[in-house]
Amino acid sequence: MANYMELLSFGDSGWGDELASGVLVTVTLALATLPLGLLIGFLIAVAKNSTEPLLRNAAHVYTTIFRGLPELLTLFLIYYGGQMAMSALWRLLFGHAFEVNSYLAGMIALALVFSSYASEVFLSAFRGITLGQYEGAYALGLSRSRTMLLVILPQLVRLALPGLSNLWLNLLKDTSLVSIIGLTDLLRNTNIAVGVTKQAFFFFFVACSLYLMMSIISSFGLRRVSAWAERGQGRR
Amino acid sequence: MKFANTLVTAAALLALSLGGAAAKEWKKVVIGTEGAYPPFNYVDTDGKMKGFDVDIALALCEEMKVECEVVAQDWDGMIPALLAGKFDAIIASMSITPERKKVIDFSEKYYNTPPAIVAPKDTDIKGVTPADLAGKTVGAQVSTMHADYVEKVLTESELKTYPTADEYKLDLANGRLDAANDDSVVLSEWLKTEAGACCKLVGMVTPVLEIHGPGAGIGVRKEDTDLRDMFSAAIKAIRANGKYQEINKKYFDFDVYGG
Amino acid sequence: MTYVDAPSTERPPAAARRRWTAARVTGLLLMALWALLGLSIVYMLVAGYDPEKIARYGPRILNGIWVTLHLVVLSILLGALISIPVAIGRLSHNPIIGGIAFGYSYFFRGTPLLAQTFLVYYGAGQFTAALKAVGLWMFFRDAYFCAVLTFSLNTAAYQAEILAGAIRAVPSGQWQAADSLGLRPFTTMFKIILPQALITALRPYGNEVILMIKASAIASIITVLDLMGQTRYAFSKTYDLQIYIWAAVIYLITVEVLRRLWEMMERRLTRHLRR
Repeated sequence: MANYMELLSFGDSGWGDELASGVLVTVTLALATLPLGLLIGFLIAVAKNSTEPLLRNAAHVYTTIFRGLPELLTLFLIYYGGQMAMSALWRLLFGHAFEVNSYLAGMIALALVFSSYASEVFLSAFRGITLGQYEGAYALGLSRSRTMLLVILPQLVRLALPGLSNLWLNLLKDTSLVSIIGLTDLLRNTNIAVGVTKQAFFFFFVACSLYLMMSIISSFGLRRVSAWAERGQGRR
Repeated sequence: MKFANTLVTAAALLALSLGGAAAKEWKKVVIGTEGAYPPFNYVDTDGKMKGFDVDIALALCEEMKVECEVVAQDWDGMIPALLAGKFDAIIASMSITPERKKVIDFSEKYYNTPPAIVAPKDTDIKGVTPADLAGKTVGAQVSTMHADYVEKVLTESELKTYPTADEYKLDLANGRLDAANDDSVVLSEWLKTEAGACCKLVGMVTPVLEIHGPGAGIGVRKEDTDLRDMFSAAIKAIRANGKYQEINKKYFDFDVYGG
Repeated sequence: MTYVDAPSTERPPAAARRRWTAARVTGLLLMALWALLGLSIVYMLVAGYDPEKIARYGPRILNGIWVTLHLVVLSILLGALISIPVAIGRLSHNPIIGGIAFGYSYFFRGTPLLAQTFLVYYGAGQFTAALKAVGLWMFFRDAYFCAVLTFSLNTAAYQAEILAGAIRAVPSGQWQAADSLGLRPFTTMFKIILPQALITALRPYGNEVILMIKASAIASIITVLDLMGQTRYAFSKTYDLQIYIWAAVIYLITVEVLRRLWEMMERRLTRHLRR
């Protein structure tokens, strides 16, 4: 037991600091992806909700692709393919290469996956808002954008929150894939620790526990956010 | 990738013609290495890149009077990253093989050590011939000449490839693999460690030129012939002025340059 | 958006729709972008067509598809078996049984599949001697079986939640009605509740199968040569990005075909519910 505690200690002999920095990378990657994914997801949902068939189809192609591909493959495509395309473009424009590092590639790939699922969540939330809400807002003389911002969006957040909470938990888990392209996240650092210490079961178990802890903390946080979003709903 | 390559070449040509056709002046060279292949390249406990490859890289840069930056890159993404321009040269114990020469170019070799086969201590493998290893599961790092060797020469064995050397070492220690094939220096360094106590050296593999090539070289993009020649000249220079031998002595008690 | 002339079958002439609205221009631009991307991918695959590569890696990729398919089917079926006791546990009123089932489900749903796979594959490798003693090492030695085991345990947790949720969704009146008819709980479960529950569970089950197909790519990380594994192998030999594109096309087609088939099946099975 003391032996295991030493393995987890901070400093040169233990792996505690490496695991902690891995957790930090995992969490910041997920947090950095979230706004990007939400934004794209929202725009895609707006497009799917449009009366214009061309726009709807374009949005459906997006979700079909990024929900159909394995996350790992999306990551490789962005990491290798994105790198080649960007470099070619950048050389053409500025004469030097552009670096798609593993953090950026991970962020983009995760945002693509997250947003395609989020768009479905937003879309069903849109459908949960009755036409009367729009009509009421227009009758009050609000412009289209102000209707969206003041009337629709606040209700949308409440309706979409349960679905988005699930997606956040998935995102947190999906970050682990980035360890494959060399980002030193929690799982990558665990792998390094296993390589040195050979304590595979112990370290992977610790890693799983840390992921579980992140999920639990997120769930508590999300419950508070949802209580906040539901505050106008009264008690049932 | 052919398509991407054409694009890249076209872009490079365009950049050249716009930039006054002057050849690129190498002031700063970014060098990619793996950092998981001790003693040639590894990450130290303080997070810094160390090893024979890194020391050689720094000595070469000093010799060429260019500023250098060493960056880490996973092994299976090494060549794609070079082609994509993430760095300008690979100094990662990459052997000069005919397969790789189809896509990138190499300097002259900077070291050459023979490959070897290791196995668990209680193994019944007697030697390293294809017959000795027939029916055995042999591990190697993915897209290395060692994996190639198992595939092409040890045709009766089952090859399993791993992303880094760490993983095949784990599976060798726990018995999933009957043997592993890698560089003899890397393997004997590992056998000396606590983790390598499980296993022993079965024997050296006689290099096959078509598979193993003449040794480890410095990989550059095909269009950077000037950089390639600069590296080749610098290797010659540090071997002549004793710098190479100094680094050699720091890591090994024999001459890794080979015959 | 007026409902005044709702009964008329003829739509009013869509004069407004012919205008170049912002939505229309954006839609057109985006569709053009997709078309361009699609065309350049087709061009890339046609221009890069290399019979030698196809001959060398084609059969390996086909073999990889086959491995992916039976890996997924086996995992889903085994997972379905494991999910039954877990779902019963999740529905149980006994706090201990309920707690164990909840813990199982929470662990497998709250941690990344990749980490679970490493835990089983490399974790088992640490206990070689013990596993050999009980004769299980032959099983754990093989990366394929390790992948099947991990995936089954993982999908079982999700399937148990789907099953438990669907059973809970059956109105309690069904239980009471069956009770008053004098049916035994066992008969009620299998003849009354489950058939109704499975209909509600159909859609989430379909999603789970698709998620499993995608997640199975993770097996390639522990040396299994599934579609992803063979793709990575071919890429590591050729550094040709086309191979990833081929794999992407294959995965997309598989998922899309399955999704459509499932939708058709669902529509057929739920036709009595439609009005």
